[in-house]
Amino acid sequence: MKYWRVPLDTGEIQVTRGRVHIIEERCKGCGYCIEYCPREVLQFSRKFNKKGYHPPEVKEEECLNCHYCELLCPEFAIFSIAAEKAES
Amino acid sequence: MKNSSTTATPHPLEDLVRMDRIPHIWCSGCGTGSVFTSCLTAIKQSGIPYNQFAMVSGIGCSGRGAGYINIDSFHTTHGRAIPFATGIKMARPDLKVIVFSGDGDLCAIGGNHLIHAARRNMDIIVICVNNLTYGMTGGQVAATTPFKAKSSTTTLGNPDTPFNLPLLAYAAGATYVARWTMLHARDLTDAVQTAIARKGFSFIEVLSPCPVNFGRRNREKSLDTLRKYHENTIVKNGAHPSELDVDFNKGVILGTFVNVDRPTCDEVYRKMYWPAEEPKEQRKTG
Amino acid sequence: MKSHVLTGEHFINGDEACAEGAIAAGCKFFGGYPITPATEVAEQISIRLPQVGGTFIQMEDEIAAMTSILGAAWTGVKSMTATSGPGFSLMMETVGLAVVTETPCVVVNVQRAGPSTGLPTQGAQADMMQARWGSHGDYEIIALAPSSPQEMFDLTITAFNLSETYRTPVFIMSDEIVGHMSEKVIIPEARKIKTVSRPRPTGRKDRFLPYKPGPNGVAPMPAIGDGYNVHVTGLTHDEKGYPVMSVETQKEMMARLLGKIRNNLDDIILTEEHRLEDADIVVVSYGVSARTAYTAVEEARQMGIKMGLLRLITVWPFPEEKIRSLAKRVKGFITVEINMGQICREVQRFAGLTPTYLAGHPGGAIIPPEDVLKIAKEALA
Repeated sequence: MKYWRVPLDTGEIQVTRGRVHIIEERCKGCGYCIEYCPREVLQFSRKFNKKGYHPPEVKEEECLNCHYCELLCPEFAIFSIAAEKAES
Repeated sequence: MKNSSTTATPHPLEDLVRMDRIPHIWCSGCGTGSVFTSCLTAIKQSGIPYNQFAMVSGIGCSGRGAGYINIDSFHTTHGRAIPFATGIKMARPDLKVIVFSGDGDLCAIGGNHLIHAARRNMDIIVICVNNLTYGMTGGQVAATTPFKAKSSTTTLGNPDTPFNLPLLAYAAGATYVARWTMLHARDLTDAVQTAIARKGFSFIEVLSPCPVNFGRRNREKSLDTLRKYHENTIVKNGAHPSELDVDFNKGVILGTFVNVDRPTCDEVYRKMYWPAEEPKEQRKTG
Repeated sequence: MKSHVLTGEHFINGDEACAEGAIAAGCKFFGGYPITPATEVAEQISIRLPQVGGTFIQMEDEIAAMTSILGAAWTGVKSMTATSGPGFSLMMETVGLAVVTETPCVVVNVQRAGPSTGLPTQGAQADMMQARWGSHGDYEIIALAPSSPQEMFDLTITAFNLSETYRTPVFIMSDEIVGHMSEKVIIPEARKIKTVSRPRPTGRKDRFLPYKPGPNGVAPMPAIGDGYNVHVTGLTHDEKGYPVMSVETQKEMMARLLGKIRNNLDDIILTEEHRLEDADIVVVSYGVSARTAYTAVEEARQMGIKMGLLRLITVWPFPEEKIRSLAKRVKGFITVEINMGQICREVQRFAGLTPTYLAGHPGGAIIPPEDVLKIAKEALA
């Protein structure tokens, strides 16, 4: 994410990070998670699942673990878990 | 973990879902699954043991909800989820009884039960998934289908005026009335949680897309519907129920409209008809 | 604990006796809707239920009344409703739900003359076939027909016991005449009243199959909150209770639903025989009409006609074996009923070549014994 002005305490603020988990075979390809991810970390993958849908895939490791995809997904096919604190 | 492939970690709601019945029957782009997820999330977050809940559904797409939740759950006849829930509640008032069903089920064939449960302030939670049509039977006109909208039985447009459901529930005496869309998943989850925590008749209308049987006839893909939910809705808590018609051209009002306390049916019944219980308490304290 | 059974001798009408029978049977929930001539059942039980820790609720219509008793039944309590013809019609869809979900409950039909609004304050027995076939689809049902206020008490208890044993709705097919007739009703001591409660499951909750039948063809029934996480549906379902849309599952489910009644006929079918031993002609009757039939038998005997009575206490399932065996040795059957030939058809089905006659009535009054005697004389002439 780009800022036009960087907050002074940006180095001290701890940002929650999440890891997106996708259960591809459950996906019915509605695209809700992709369209409404506030950080736009998801996109349609090129592969097909067994049902013939394109499940989402993670394009950016910018997930903030907000769980919105988890709440919106009608298929119990996506969720996020708090990531271990990044090394860097 | 770029290009993450399928995970081995279980979904956090799997303890509440009959996983042996997944995938569910809801179409791609149907919002019922989203409403269901919000509902399950609220149940989980309530911290109340699952065996203190019962879910009752009627017939229709959202009526299948009861079949997927891994608690005691009842898939009844068309329109009769509320009287079934009433029987459960009056016989076991300690249970949290959730009715999860659709607009056709609850407000057309079951409309009489809806208003009477509201009148009695029956202590149940009614989650009404409103997709503006009869989805399971192929998209016929419903009591909620917007004026002029097309359906398989109104091919030139709906000549009738739809219900304003929050107004109906309010007028009948519901003590908690809210409306959200499935896209407002957090507000919806909060609303269900509020309803679980309170006592009294709670009616939560949730607008939800039916891309296959409503959208197809009204030139609306599911993401178009969600865009309307995003852009043409106004959150206005406390709005008067009379201003809540579903008209996306002027903007659909969402929020919590009624949240008042009134003794519930089971409370009043026991106080009036089981007098033996009261003096016992008084004797202890006095 | 003080017993709530009103032990003693009472002079009460059939509807009130029915309510007392329900209390004695352990009923704890009644969902009702007023209708003549069944209203007194609701009125009486609305007073009595709170005294025994039970709940009465008057619902918005008979559909809701019937549905509410199913919800209550799944909390583990015994539940019932009472109605008459028009309400019985409205309840029919939910009766099917009770059958397929194997939910025990008792439904009282204090019959009045129909069709439609008919004669609300006058009796009939014209809902007998509706009791058997009123809900859509194939099923077996249990229906009992009380002939007196005493039997309104006794058979209400029997109805609860059968419904709990076989996890099925049981009908009490009364009529306006028995319902509104006041007679002596003897209520025994509570400890002498045999009551049955549904078997509850034990054992592992995660592997429990709510529709896997036990030895008598009936599965134990958990209550909400027991932790078995049952799913109950009106769709065709397997032993787990899950909907399965297949012919095989339909076959298995139907075999289970029909079998638990058909394989236990000896336990379910109750009849009373009066002077059948040497009878040439058998009167088949039930409910209030059996009283007519009884008088007719006595009068016939005085006239030298060898008449006997087979009184159906259980009307459904129909005692077909009884009719078959009688048909081998008697000269004719006369069915006495306040309708234009419903149970008469059943008798006909099993009577073979033995002639059958109807002493019927279109409704609104009882059948005079002379009608029966007239038919008997003609039959034997």
